[in-house]
Order: sequence, then C-alpha cells, then structure tokens
Amino acid sequence: MKKVSLLVLLAAALPGFSLAQNAGNGKRLFVRDGCYQCHGYAGQGTIAGARLAPPVLNAQAITRYIRRPAGAMPAFTDKVISDQEVADIYAYLKTIPAPKPVKDIPLLDQLRN
Amino acid sequence: MPKSNSNPVGRRGFLKGAAAGAAALVANPGGAKAQEIAQTKGAGSSLPSARLAAAETVPPAPRADVYTTDRPGADFMLEVIKTLGFEYVCANPGSSFRGLHESILNHGGNKNPELLTCCHEESSVAMAHGYAKIEGKPLMVMAHGTVGLQHASMAIYNAFADRVPVYIVLGNIADGTWRRGDVEWTHSVQDAAAMVRDYTKYDDSPVSLTQFAESAVRAYKAAMTPPMEPVIIVADAVLQEEPMSDADRRTARIPKLTLTSPPAGDLGAVAEVARMLVAAENPVIVAGRSARTPNGIKLLVELAELLQAPVQDRRFRMNFPSKHPLYNGGNIADADVILGLEVQDFWSVTHTMTPVNRMGMESKSITKPGAKLITIYSGDLSQKSNYQDLGRFAEVDVAIAADAEATLPALIEACKRLVTADRKRAFTERGAKLADAAKRTRDRAIDQAAYGWDSSPITTARVSAELWNQIRHEDWSLLSVAEPFFSGWPGRLWDFEKHYHYIGGQGAYGIGYGAPAAVGAALANRKYGRLSVNIQCDGDLNYAPGVLWTAAHHHIPLLSIMHNNRAYHQELMYVEDMAARANRGIDKAQIGTGITDPNIDYATMAKAYGVYSAGPISNPNDLGPAIAKAIEVVKKGEPALIDVITQPR
Repeated sequence: MKKVSLLVLLAAALPGFSLAQNAGNGKRLFVRDGCYQCHGYAGQGTIAGARLAPPVLNAQAITRYIRRPAGAMPAFTDKVISDQEVADIYAYLKTIPAPKPVKDIPLLDQLRN
Repeated sequence: MPKSNSNPVGRRGFLKGAAAGAAALVANPGGAKAQEIAQTKGAGSSLPSARLAAAETVPPAPRADVYTTDRPGADFMLEVIKTLGFEYVCANPGSSFRGLHESILNHGGNKNPELLTCCHEESSVAMAHGYAKIEGKPLMVMAHGTVGLQHASMAIYNAFADRVPVYIVLGNIADGTWRRGDVEWTHSVQDAAAMVRDYTKYDDSPVSLTQFAESAVRAYKAAMTPPMEPVIIVADAVLQEEPMSDADRRTARIPKLTLTSPPAGDLGAVAEVARMLVAAENPVIVAGRSARTPNGIKLLVELAELLQAPVQDRRFRMNFPSKHPLYNGGNIADADVILGLEVQDFWSVTHTMTPVNRMGMESKSITKPGAKLITIYSGDLSQKSNYQDLGRFAEVDVAIAADAEATLPALIEACKRLVTADRKRAFTERGAKLADAAKRTRDRAIDQAAYGWDSSPITTARVSAELWNQIRHEDWSLLSVAEPFFSGWPGRLWDFEKHYHYIGGQGAYGIGYGAPAAVGAALANRKYGRLSVNIQCDGDLNYAPGVLWTAAHHHIPLLSIMHNNRAYHQELMYVEDMAARANRGIDKAQIGTGITDPNIDYATMAKAYGVYSAGPISNPNDLGPAIAKAIEVVKKGEPALIDVITQPR
C-alpha cells in the first residue's frame, strides 16, 4: 500500500499523468491538431508516423516524446498542445480497441501463405 | 527558310474564276467595308448593310484564287514519323500543327500513329510517359510551340527526371510574314524548344523537309539511348502546309533508324566490382531505375541470388520481385559493400539529414568505416545544370558511367568466375538469414494491416487488401504513383513480380501525373489484355481531369480507385511542422491544404466524362463488391472509377 502511494505521488509530479482525462475532447483534439495526419484517424500508424493505438507507451512517456521527439515528428511545446490536451488525447487513444486477430480477417490471413 | 510560294505554278492547282460583281467587291473591299460601317453606325438603324444584304440574297462569288496542294510537306513529315513506329499520337488540337493533324487522318489513315484526343498538353505528355514505361518505347505528342508547350512543360520535366523517352512535335510559324494576325503572332516563337531545353535531351527546328527527316530520326535515336529522355522536333507550319519544295522533292529521303546499343560498363571496372561483391560479408544492392525491360528484373534476380545479397528497391521501376526472400533486406549501416544501380540520388542512400523542423542543417554518413561504395549509373553520361535533379555529390570508390541493365550480364559472369566453394557456403548462410528476416517483415506488415481495419475513413491497408483480393488471380498492372501516399501498402502486401506490375512514380514529383500516366500505361496494356489498376490521388486528378474523357472516348480499360483523403496531406504536414516550430496555430494547417467544403464528388465527375463510377464509399464493407462490379466494366474494355473516402496515408 505504501508502495502504491509513492507511485501516485511520483506520478502527480509528472506532466500529463495525473490530469483528469477527457477522451471525447481528446478525439476532437486528435483531429484538430492534425495527429491523424501521420498516425491515422484510428491511431493505426502510417508510413509517416508510428502506431499509437492501443497505446504502448504510458501518458508520461507520450508527453515526453511529444515535447522532445526523436525522429521526423515535430516537437510540440506546451504552447501549442498543453499537458491537459495531451492527457485528453491519451485518453482517446485508450478507447480505441485492439484489432481483430489476423486469423479472423480472411483477406489478411490469406496473405500469410 | 525558302518560301515555297515563290514558284507556285505547277505545285498548286489554281482554280481561277472571276465574276463581275465579285470582282467589284474584291477590287474595292475597303469601300464596301466603309459603307457597311457607315450604315451600321446609323442612329438606331436595324437594317442590314448592303454587303450583308447581298450576302443573303446573291449567290456567293467565287474567289479569285483557290489552290489545292497535291503533296503538302506534312505528308512527307508523316512518312518519316511512320518509320519510327509510333502506335499513337497524343494531342490537344492546335492550329500550328493542323497540317500534320490532317495528314495523319487522311494521308496516314489515322493508323500508326492513331490520333488520341487529349484535353490538356500536360495530359498528352504524361500519357506518353506512362505508355513508355509499359511499352519500352515512346508515344508521339503534338503541341503548339508556345501555349501548348507551356502547358506541357511540367509533364516534360517529370519524364526527364524519370529518364523516360517522349517524342514531341511542336507546331510553329517561324516566318513572320506567314502569320495572320494576333493569334498566330502570339502563337509563334523564335526558338520554341528553348523553354524546355534544360530538361530535354535533344531538339531541332528544321528549315527543310530533308533536314526534318534527319533530325526526326536522330531525335528518336537520342530519346531511346540511355539515359532516355524527352526530345523535341519543331514542325514548321509553312513546311507542313505548303507543297514540298522542288529542292526537297529532289533530296528528301528518310534515313534508316538504328538504335544505339545501351552503354555497358568498362570490363576492367566491372571485374573490380565483382571482386568487391564476392569478397563482401554484408553487401547491399540498391536499385533505382535498374530494370529498363523485363530482362532487367531477371538479371538483378540472378545477381542477387548468386551472391545471396539483399536488394533494396527504391521502387522507381519494377526492379525486383516483392516476395523474393532477398527483397528489401539488409542494412546500409551494416554493409561493407553498397552497389547502386541507376540510383539518381545515391548520396541520400548513405546519409541522413536533419528533419524538416529542426534548426540548422546537419547530415552524416550512415555507412560504417571502410565500406566500399559503387555506382553504375547512366546519368553520369548526360547531365544538365539548371534543374537540380542531380542529388548531392556522392563520393564513391568505383563509379561506372553505363547503363546498369546492359552491364549486369558482364558483372554476373565476372562474379561467377570468382565464387569459390567457401564463398558459396557463406552466401548460403547469409541468404537463409535474409529469408528469415524477409518473412518476419512480411508477417509484421500483415499484422499491422489489421489495425483500423473497420475504420471510416477507410485505411489504405484495407483498400490495398480489398483490391488485391479482387485482382490477384488476374494479369494485373498497377500504374499509380500512390505508393508513398498510400503508406506503401501494395508493395508490402501484394506479390509484384512482372515488369508491368509497377511502373514507379512521376520522376520530378510534379503532381498531375498520376491520372494521365495511368491512362497512357493502360493504353499500352490494352493490347495485351492486362487489367490496369490505378490508385488515384484526389489532388492529382484535379489538375487535368479531362483525361477521364480521353479514356472513355478511346475505350481505354482502366480501374481507378480514388485515394480521396480530401487534402494535400504532404503539404498539410509541412505547414503543421512550420507552425509547431513557430509555437503557434497548428490547428490552422488545413487552410490552403484541405480539399473540403464542398467535398468533391469524384463519382459524379467521372460520370460526367462518360466513365462508369461508384461511390463515394466510406464503409469498408462496401468496397469489395464495388471493386468487383467495376472490374466487370473494365474487362469489357471501358474505364471505371470508384470514389473511396480514405485515411490520409
């Protein structure tokens, strides 16, 4: 119990992690701020940007990456996307379900051979 | 230029006639005109002038001189053109080549070449561009030397940068005394080809038919010699329309065309390259425009399999089978020998650069110390300066100025002579690892395609999988440039094997190429009965959509799947990049880059041009049946278009 409390305390000090999250607003921001351009409307990833949904990174890591990206992605400072907005976008990404298994998609399953 | 009307008797057949009334009108036309104007200016007068009244009530008077031509120069020009073997000529009609136009129809019977009606000169050239990449030889294009060439210029630059032959005949009236009024003066030019000389290989403006014949054959030969590029011949309008001069009748002949053998690499240099490749532990072959012909694919497969070396295909041509275990494997950073085959910008293969929104420009080599770099590149034989399609200067260890496909046979034989049993065992081991990696890459792609499978807008992976499911058992040919804009899904999921399965992109990345190039390539595919498929970007189609009518009018079977993502997304991302860099307004990047409000209904557009259409389709489950129905139309020999609302990439 003590261990969990420490983690919560630590998380509260990190941007984008302890903020209340609004998935509906996150979906709106995902389009308004152009995230879909490179990552797809479903966060599925494209040739221009990595897959985001379902999220592999946690909110803290995503916030850190948005502020200081490693690849070709622009750096978005908190002047253009606030920590709260990142938290909302993260909440939206969490609502996107995992895809069906390929074996349940005949058009893709036939490509295995 | 000798004026062919200096001695017209005997070359023109005059029909002389005179009537007293008519003679009076002709003798004093100014007087009649003045009278007409005076009457017209009469206050409130609605009565016709005496001239107009006469025209309506008196039989028309014969003209003083009417002449016919028994052998216009255009007939001879066409005879020259016919020897070059063109199947078609693309043109939007223009008065400066009307003589040649008429000769094609009547002297040539509108066959070899057959005239194709185009709605824009950019479409004419891009059709020829696409055709040449399937057929391996040029189409002819006719255009005005001024306004037509200005329309065509971007497409010519695309073909030049893509190393594709296009044969362009320009009309022009060189002699100012033959120009009638404002239109013909504004449509004439001193040096027609000057505007595009920076991105054409050869041009000439012949002043006699004898010279036309030689230059026309020379132009074809130049266009077909690697590096292949567009060429221009100016067909002077007076030469076209006037009878052949006495001098031309005595001297004009059509020279024999003998195509130049493609330049093969120096055998000493080839032997050195073979030594490097056979000794290498991690060689990588990079293919740019390596395969000019179907044999180019076979040769590259043979070399790769001999060495068990991976081939990284940059997809400017169909160079290498996409399901081959050596396809797109290996790693430039780990390579000890890198062989570039017709790679236009080899420097970028071996370097990284600063992403677009970083401050300052930095670049660094990604090759490991001691790695040997080799290029076989016909572009080294012919370079121009103004337009910078050269790429950054590549420092290499061996540079062979030659055509890669022509050099591969010697390189393969040289490698075979050096392969020992030990090296063969090493190659086999390397090949097994590469095959495993290739399978993992393909499996990952299939897994990735499942993400967003049921989304709307429809993912590009879903569109690719639906399309592949319908065409995989057909003799298909993908003609679009959309691969990079389509997240490369066809290349990741489909089985590309034959040379016509893919034809690469624009060359100079000039948008407006996709639709007309697909129509031109589909035209080439038509006689082979192939199923031509085009993934058509929305922004691209809007440049010159009239090419849809050309496809319908000439019954060119082509399935177009609209990649209707309703924006110029590459540019949208750049604007967003700049906004992020400036710390402001990333939500405004749609302004000036979006294609919405109103959304364009491409199915209705296609229907207006006489093309079967369906859509817009936004439910992914509706896509498969729509494709199946459209393919039925295409198999009957007609074009079809399906408007699909897609994800950005």
